[in-house]
Amino acid sequence: MKDRFNLYRFASPAVFYPLAGALIPYFVAVSVVFGLAGLYLGMLVAPTDFQQGEGYRIIFIHVPASWMSMFIYLVMAFWAAIGLAFNTRLSGMMAQALAPTGALMAFLSLWTGALWGKPMWGAWWVWDARLTSELILLFLYIGYMALTAAIDDQRRADKAGGLLLLVGVVNVPIIYFSVKWWNTLHQGSSVNLAKSSMATTMLWGMLLMAMCFWMYSIAMALMRVRTIMLERERHTDWVKNLLLSGDEK
Amino acid sequence: MIHWNSFSDFIAMGGYGLYVWGSFGATALIMAIEPIVVMRNRSSTIARLKRQIRAENRNTSE
Repeated sequence: MKDRFNLYRFASPAVFYPLAGALIPYFVAVSVVFGLAGLYLGMLVAPTDFQQGEGYRIIFIHVPASWMSMFIYLVMAFWAAIGLAFNTRLSGMMAQALAPTGALMAFLSLWTGALWGKPMWGAWWVWDARLTSELILLFLYIGYMALTAAIDDQRRADKAGGLLLLVGVVNVPIIYFSVKWWNTLHQGSSVNLAKSSMATTMLWGMLLMAMCFWMYSIAMALMRVRTIMLERERHTDWVKNLLLSGDEK
Repeated sequence: MIHWNSFSDFIAMGGYGLYVWGSFGATALIMAIEPIVVMRNRSSTIARLKRQIRAENRNTSE
């Protein structure tokens, strides 16, 4: 009876693999539902912004992508810390599975920021604290992927990559607080717990889009981590049995 | 309830069409391509691993 629900069981790739596979369709479905609701509210219902006209609607992509770029990095750094401290197999796989999606989110944050900056500030890019630290985040993702891909020994690759992730994590609070710490062109945060500077429909549109991006990222990472598990555990019996019986799904 | 008067209003985005649709277009493109790349990578990895395992099994049974 005592082993009915043991969370540590899921740290085993053989147990996590089928669980992740079963969860992916739900994350995709929930992401689509949140996305459609967010687009409906943000693009069709939300009113015009009194300062920025219709141009502000970039926020419905820009803020969720920026949040996810920072959040995914924090999750990767968390797995790196677990991996370095406890030498768990799954943590390196998790970090590796999250990195490409995190990099794409950082890229989207910069891309939509450029398209927002041009009409509002008159410049695609400025070397401002917020923009520069987000660019460094993109470089951290790319650096992590290049570093782990360049080292043949998987355990050493995970260690080196994990160290890079942990050193780079100081950049995340710098991004987040940059608009407070420095005098920047970038506007302050639109959402805070005390009061929001946005109309209700705008706020809900943005939160729904953020949930959509979040669920999308989880789905992508789970899809990727299953492939990584097969690759890395190819010499184990559970992977051999899975592949030979065609149950890898 | 719907904010726009016409479809062309919606496309024009009050003169910000290029910037707004440039942002949403790039995002849509990435979110369409990323899953395809991940799934193709997955099926090619599975095919390669299956070949390797079968080859190993042949070698050990000889």
